Amino acid sequence: MQTLRRTPLYERHAALGARLVPFAGWEMPVQYTSIVGEHRAVRTSAGVFDVSHMGQLRIAGDGARDYLQARLSNDLDRIGDGEAQYTLLTNEQGGIVDDLIVYRRGEDQFLLVVNASNVEPDHAVLSETDDVSADWALLAVQGPEALSRLGIEVEPFTFRDDHVLGVRCLIAGTGYTGERGCELGCAADEAVRLWDAILDAGIVPCGLGARDTLRLEVCYPLHGNDITPERTPIEAGLGWACALDKEFTGVDVLRRQKEEGTPEKLAAFVMDDKGIPRQGMAIDEGGTVTSGSLSPMLDQGIGLAYVDAGLAAPDTKVTVDLRGRPRAAHIVKKPIYKREE
Amino acid sequence: MAADESYPEELRYHREHDWARVEGDTATVGITWYAQDALGELVHFEPPEEGASVAADQSYGEVESVKAVSDLISPLSGEVVEVNQVVVDEPEKVNDDPYGDGWLIKIRLSEPSEAEGLLDVAAYKALLEEQ
Repeated sequence: MQTLRRTPLYERHAALGARLVPFAGWEMPVQYTSIVGEHRAVRTSAGVFDVSHMGQLRIAGDGARDYLQARLSNDLDRIGDGEAQYTLLTNEQGGIVDDLIVYRRGEDQFLLVVNASNVEPDHAVLSETDDVSADWALLAVQGPEALSRLGIEVEPFTFRDDHVLGVRCLIAGTGYTGERGCELGCAADEAVRLWDAILDAGIVPCGLGARDTLRLEVCYPLHGNDITPERTPIEAGLGWACALDKEFTGVDVLRRQKEEGTPEKLAAFVMDDKGIPRQGMAIDEGGTVTSGSLSPMLDQGIGLAYVDAGLAAPDTKVTVDLRGRPRAAHIVKKPIYKREE
Repeated sequence: MAADESYPEELRYHREHDWARVEGDTATVGITWYAQDALGELVHFEPPEEGASVAADQSYGEVESVKAVSDLISPLSGEVVEVNQVVVDEPEKVNDDPYGDGWLIKIRLSEPSEAEGLLDVAAYKALLEEQ
């Protein structure tokens, strides 16, 4: 059996009574008190997640921009220094090796924050990058009160080096919850000090359980569930993150799919009947659920599913096979949950 | 609020973490504190139909938390005479009060002697020690 890795905050999680589970080779908190309660804290005030398991790859030097531009789907020239971008790493078939955020520090200087379970496959494709994951802790502080409680400002998809609550951090206006907030990167040996200060600011510790329900309500795909090396950005509805007018790995396939359409599309749905959809359940009319949960905000079952392209339009009625019980649902426009303005 | 850990003396227990309160030829059935704690906050109860037959050691329904689904195992055989509609509407009642308001179904027993084969509280606590 493989030994699970622990983040610099493991002792803090254990002391808070978190339920710790294996995730992508790490022993991570899935919840501290209740997934539903932590979820609501992020939607209504502010929560903090230890996401130090995520990987960081760095590349700097002549040709760094050209190297990434030829391998990542989005157009790097759309961002300047101090800006960040959602992008995809694709394979020759156009499949999604990983989804990630690229941070541009300078013309030829970039940081990539990648999924924990994909550090090795990403590094295999991006072999010119340095894996600096072990040096860093990463905390996501998310929610309508996140920035005010930290006493900082940061615009979405920008970043800078600055102090937060007395700790030197990379402050990035990014996240995975659909709320305003930030992600804070700091040296691994500063993580406990930063975590303690964040909790002292009245921010609620939240586990990976709430992180998953939050991202699902706003239809951010989870790699390994909703997007995989066998699925392309076009089927997944991520064409907006692909610059098809430039050359990158697998672009020919994506151009053809964009032109001709794909047999299936990733669609969001809400249950009309009671019951909670789960990954792997069939859509009787044609499709498979890739993520499913109860939505804590809607108090209904919700999910993402690859469905036959003809079923993907909003308001289409579908039937989810809940362990042998047919249950009614309908397709909705993404995101599933949006704050009432 | 989640309940504190407890295992009432007067109940009989099934090793799959279900309890039964036997009164004459009927039994009230639910899941133990240990089961609800392992699952976390319950968000769905999939009950059997009233009038359905249930058999000892067999699944009669499901409960779900945000992350997990668990089969409900009937400790005893008989006919479902009542489903707790309060729990259907508010599954978190099971977390709040697993042996009281959080009961799940009532069964008219077809084989009352099966209750003899269930665990008493000491045997059930011994089982939990091994988990």
